[in-house]
Amino acid sequence: MVENNKYINKYNFAFIDEATKKEIRRKLLKAVAIPGYQVPYSSPEMPIARGWGTGGLHVTLAIIGKTDIFKIIDQGSDASVNACNLRNFVQSMTDVKTTFDTSEATIIQTRHRITEEELNENQIFVYQVPQPEPLRSVERYENKTRQMHGEADYAKMWVSLYEQFVSHGDIMLGAGYPVKVNSRYIMAPSPIPRWDIPNLNLSKALHLFGAGREKRLYAIPPFTKVEPLEFEDIKFHIEDFKGSVCSKTGYKKAFLDEMYYDDGSTNFVINDSNFLDKLFEKEQPTQHENKYINQIAE
Amino acid sequence: MSNTEDNWLLKVNNLTKIYGDYTENSIINTGPEFNSNICPETGSIVACADINFELYPGEVLGIVGESGSGKSTVVKLLYFDMEQSLGSAFLKPHLDGLANILEESNQKKRWIRNYLMGMVYQNPRDGLNFKFSSGGNIAEKLIMGGNFHVGNIRNRATDLLEKTEVPVLRMDDKPASFSGGMQQRVQISKAIANNPPLLFLDEVTTGLDVSVQAKVLDLIRELQQDLGIAMIVVSHDLSVIRMLTDRTIVMKNGRIVERGLTDQILQDPQHEYSQLLVSSLL
Repeated sequence: MVENNKYINKYNFAFIDEATKKEIRRKLLKAVAIPGYQVPYSSPEMPIARGWGTGGLHVTLAIIGKTDIFKIIDQGSDASVNACNLRNFVQSMTDVKTTFDTSEATIIQTRHRITEEELNENQIFVYQVPQPEPLRSVERYENKTRQMHGEADYAKMWVSLYEQFVSHGDIMLGAGYPVKVNSRYIMAPSPIPRWDIPNLNLSKALHLFGAGREKRLYAIPPFTKVEPLEFEDIKFHIEDFKGSVCSKTGYKKAFLDEMYYDDGSTNFVINDSNFLDKLFEKEQPTQHENKYINQIAE
Repeated sequence: MSNTEDNWLLKVNNLTKIYGDYTENSIINTGPEFNSNICPETGSIVACADINFELYPGEVLGIVGESGSGKSTVVKLLYFDMEQSLGSAFLKPHLDGLANILEESNQKKRWIRNYLMGMVYQNPRDGLNFKFSSGGNIAEKLIMGGNFHVGNIRNRATDLLEKTEVPVLRMDDKPASFSGGMQQRVQISKAIANNPPLLFLDEVTTGLDVSVQAKVLDLIRELQQDLGIAMIVVSHDLSVIRMLTDRTIVMKNGRIVERGLTDQILQDPQHEYSQLLVSSLL
């Protein structure tokens, strides 16, 4: 009798079937070819609901190989619930090695942060994106926003920045500050803080974005120009921690979390857990370099 | 400036807009002679057909006619708000008037709209974004014109609002909180923000009370004299046409029935419909 091997493994490697992986990879190639352009894709069913990191997961599972080393963070932390669960899922579906160490990882999936430590040419950074459309706040119809992207008609976006400056004295976008990629498409960088935006510019790593609920993929290839939207006289700036220092390491030039304690006191701690650990162990991780971080006084 | 044959600013040839399926007979069987613009064969509606005219730099052309005569359609086609069925239009500042602007790509059309044209609609809601402040609305046009300096944008907006007599203190208020006349003046400020050589005015004073009408008309006349903008003024109101325009086109059932100097048409109308129009003038 002929043995049927097809169903020996309960799941395909990396959960998604090969045909769908191929589809996602093809869409990713298109996304890389047109930096910042949103490519529609299938967004297949996953064991978690769409909008809970499925976009990032699709990208990760479509590109991961057996020799990859996987790291996943949620708001900078390796240990938060979202990160732990997705890490366990990817690990159980692929048996790849997982790590907390940023420099060791080859694929880093993230929600809402870029690692403080500099990325290199061998790394792929995967973002979970809730809202891929940067123009959604000014135009609610998808067919209109697609046309606006097609014709590079971004006046409405600029006017909304102007209006924010006029009524509040500053551009009031904290997370997900819109950027212009390769001098063409305006792109939503996912809700990363302004602190991380300059680190996208001319990055050595490949950045892939997946929005599962909205069914869109997009990408920033390595060494691509990424500029935050700014007026000639009203400039982009990163978060100002007003000289605050990490209470565990005494370090200033990293994105800080303000911690509140039961007795009412507060202090600051570095948000990126792996970067914090390394500094705490007196290692010297190399950080992203950009003009905004360089301006912070020692 | 002498208006010789070559120095036209805008030249319109055979501009036609038909809603629905049409045959050659659609145009032949409609028009003022039939007192209808509905094609008897196909039931399609001929909004305007065979529109030919030239506009010279700094000149003000009036288009007059009853409602449904196709006069608004003509300017909306020229401002790319709708797509034409047939015909072509040439604008001198764009490629020296050699390219048919109606056949350009959307991107080029938007460039032409932003740099070479301005439009003031009857309803300010069509021309203004009521979610933005009035300053923001003017900023939108300036940003589309490549101005990315907030200080300069605000200076220019201040100038424009002063010129159109909108209180500058209300620059950062939304147009929804303005009176109709003020909204109309903000719309005019926006339309002329990039100093376009050509401005379309579509029934700008309809719906305003008489004293505000007079102010808006004064403003338009002043702007015309100061800036030398060529204008196409669409109105069903002959007094507006008399006050603003040098030359007039009379339209009925989607066709031009008479054209000439405004004074001439008002004093000595030739076509039956123009005579009716002039004699109904209060």
